[in-house]
Amino acid sequence: MNLPLKPLRGPRLSRRELIIASTVTAGGALLVGCSPAQMLGLGTPHMDFGPFGPFVRIEPNGDVTVVSKHIEFGQGNHAGLAAIVAEELDADWSRVKVVQSPANVNVYANSGQGVQGTGGSSAINNSWDQLRKAGAAARAMFVGAAAAKWNVPAAEISVKDGVVSHGSGKSATFADLLADAGKIAPPATPTLKDPKSFNLIGTDRVRRKDSLAKATGAARFTQDVQMPKMLTAMVAHAPRFGGVVKSFDATDAKAVAGVVDVFKIPTGVAVVANSTFAARQGRDALKVQWDDAKAEKRGSDAILASYKALASGQAQPTGDAKWQSFASRGAAPTSGRVVEATFDFPYLAHAPMEPMNCVAEIGGGKNKLTFGSQIPTVDQMNTAFIVGALPGSVEIETLFAGGSFGRRANFKSDYAAECVHIAKHVGGGRPVKLVWTREDDMTGGYYRPLTHHAVKVTLDADGFPAHWRHRIVTQSIMKGSPVKPSGVDPTAIEGTEDSPYLKATPAVDGQVALMDAGVPVLWWRSVGATHSAFVMEHMIDQLAHAAGKDPVEYRRALYRKAGANRHLAVLNLAMEKAGPSPLAGWTRGVAVHACFGSVVAQIAEVKLEGGEPRVGRVVTAIDCGVAISPDQIAAQMEGGTCYGLSAALFGKVTMTDGVVDQKNFDGYRVLRMNEAPKVETYILPSAAHPSGVGEPGTPVIGPAVANALLAMTGKPTRSLPLVS
Amino acid sequence: MAKTLKINGVSRTVAAPPDTPLLWVLRDELGLTGTKYGCGIAQCGACTVHIDGKATRSCQTPIGALNDANITTIEGLGGTHPLQAAWVKHDVPQCGYCQSGQIMSAAALLAGTPRPSEADIDGAMHGNICRCGAYQRIKAAILDAAAAPTATGA
Repeated sequence: MNLPLKPLRGPRLSRRELIIASTVTAGGALLVGCSPAQMLGLGTPHMDFGPFGPFVRIEPNGDVTVVSKHIEFGQGNHAGLAAIVAEELDADWSRVKVVQSPANVNVYANSGQGVQGTGGSSAINNSWDQLRKAGAAARAMFVGAAAAKWNVPAAEISVKDGVVSHGSGKSATFADLLADAGKIAPPATPTLKDPKSFNLIGTDRVRRKDSLAKATGAARFTQDVQMPKMLTAMVAHAPRFGGVVKSFDATDAKAVAGVVDVFKIPTGVAVVANSTFAARQGRDALKVQWDDAKAEKRGSDAILASYKALASGQAQPTGDAKWQSFASRGAAPTSGRVVEATFDFPYLAHAPMEPMNCVAEIGGGKNKLTFGSQIPTVDQMNTAFIVGALPGSVEIETLFAGGSFGRRANFKSDYAAECVHIAKHVGGGRPVKLVWTREDDMTGGYYRPLTHHAVKVTLDADGFPAHWRHRIVTQSIMKGSPVKPSGVDPTAIEGTEDSPYLKATPAVDGQVALMDAGVPVLWWRSVGATHSAFVMEHMIDQLAHAAGKDPVEYRRALYRKAGANRHLAVLNLAMEKAGPSPLAGWTRGVAVHACFGSVVAQIAEVKLEGGEPRVGRVVTAIDCGVAISPDQIAAQMEGGTCYGLSAALFGKVTMTDGVVDQKNFDGYRVLRMNEAPKVETYILPSAAHPSGVGEPGTPVIGPAVANALLAMTGKPTRSLPLVS
Repeated sequence: MAKTLKINGVSRTVAAPPDTPLLWVLRDELGLTGTKYGCGIAQCGACTVHIDGKATRSCQTPIGALNDANITTIEGLGGTHPLQAAWVKHDVPQCGYCQSGQIMSAAALLAGTPRPSEADIDGAMHGNICRCGAYQRIKAAILDAAAAPTATGA
């Protein structure tokens, strides 16, 4: 199967949706005669990018600066983006550095999403053509300058490691030619290299540029921002989602030394202080009465029970909710072996190491945010709405973020908007740093949605699926955002709806019910695949067991039926690299899943230790198109596997009477070093357009482990996490 | 109220009250922001510093409890510690936020156990969470630094 590159996830706004979003922000009068892109860019100041355009700067000493429009919060995209430019420019990689772009949707929009933002594992994918052209154009300008200076044909000039040379022996550095090259018009369609001649891309020379800064404490995160006169804020939030402030008594809070002010904002009560510790003490001393009239007061058990009742047919959707079909063809056979399974997935917190935070300066002619902005355009729009400005006039300086995993890509800009409200109240452009504690972060919502799947498969005489009935009950991530998909929320059905197993099944009946719950939900690294990959891959092993077939051979047969050649190729590569059998005492489980344009196969070796699954060797094969940095792809497979394994083994957020039970890492168990697997990564050679690597490594390990446990114990997994 | 702390070999006088955690004094008052806040309850290790050579969670260490102690932060390793070289060699960091704490825990380990086993590393490092999941490279980098001829710990 030639898997088409899926629509990039994140804020993919249609024209109509953009108009809706912008109307809210900028006021209808401004919209007349504007295209959506113009509306988003309203107020964006003119920026002078220099002769080589918005993505490439050549410094006077010949060093190359690549401007990344994407935030770096671990994915290694800064290295990959820089390597794309350096390859086409033939720069000296050791003299290439990366800086973060400002917010400017007119030039730094995600090519697949229409807004400036990082998400859906799209940074490399959407920048590939753009940055190749930027690098190639700059190279052509240096070649042109040399050709004129030496009076030789441009075709006879070569460039290597930042040195331009001619067969006659003439040579010059980028620094030597900088002034002349800057006067040459960049070619509209620069000639790109034949990928066969790449000498940087695909090599182990493409390494991170930020490792030293991050190994010395010098890398600057939002948490580290310090400015003259800066205040630090904390906010008392309602204990239940949807709760609001009824009243508060700030007497004790204001008595804390260092507390400057206490006031109400839309999301709670803000305590503003001269230091983080004073803000914390002030907030601890604050007394707030909450109004829970409109709050979600159900526990997560009750929410799950209601989802299960729907899926089993014991209850019918009410209100806005209804069953929506995402796959329908053929009829159920009247005979054949039936295999049924249900799967429960809890809410999950992203829990990045740096809790949410933001620095805002509002007033006095300034509207500026300094933080790890994942979707600057949306953060500009939300800020503009609060302060009454044009979105493009909101300045954003994007810093490194200590992880996100989806949490910082929030259509409401929740924590950033909170900081803007506080800074607006403080006024005068005085910098305010909002600090969320770990407890704020963990109980603050925007979780991976609680989700239930019920699957019933009828097998044919050969043991393969003849009919696949699938019910999903979950909460829509897209509902309530400025993006209103016209059909079924794709984040709820991806990985199920496009599964090769459904394609290989003659008759299918897939339906989803998107339920309302007062718990805010959001994409969580790999989004829909966080549950669909588990369901499809663990179901396949249960079917193979029922059919008396080897799960790997069973998959291969279904991939052939579906024409899923990339699935087959990565499975075969992983099997080849894994070798014939695990070490004594370990049991293997296999899983394969495609998302964000890439396909990943994993073979996990598992044993039980003290009643808990222990994962040792994990053999990973990925097809992600052209591999720009094999080392960083491996890093993402290692890290993605740990992130997915952490969730599969331990991850859960629960609520009792609407109050989140897990407050910190003592309650929300995460994977630690002694529990981490050894991941081996093998990359399928490919000349295809590069696809995602940040997320595809996450959803595969869970079902691989469950399949190993099934092989070991005969018991299927019905709910996550595995360790209660 | 003023208190003197010995940090990275230098005596620093600070104004914070004695119940203030060392973490916030380092970060807010002294501008040593390499030491990170991650959980505030000694569960994640992002705030790890050395107090008299011992890996200690600064978020749970009030400055009032520190008298003549020698405090070392990530800035005090100077950027030339064998672990820092190994971190770069292996491209250990992803988001990087936890790495100061990881390196401080590892440096304390190597100071006491110059040739640690994998089990020694797990024992010393399981208190440091990395949500990016760089554990495999952290371990490889520690083993690499331990094998380096100049590795003597912090």
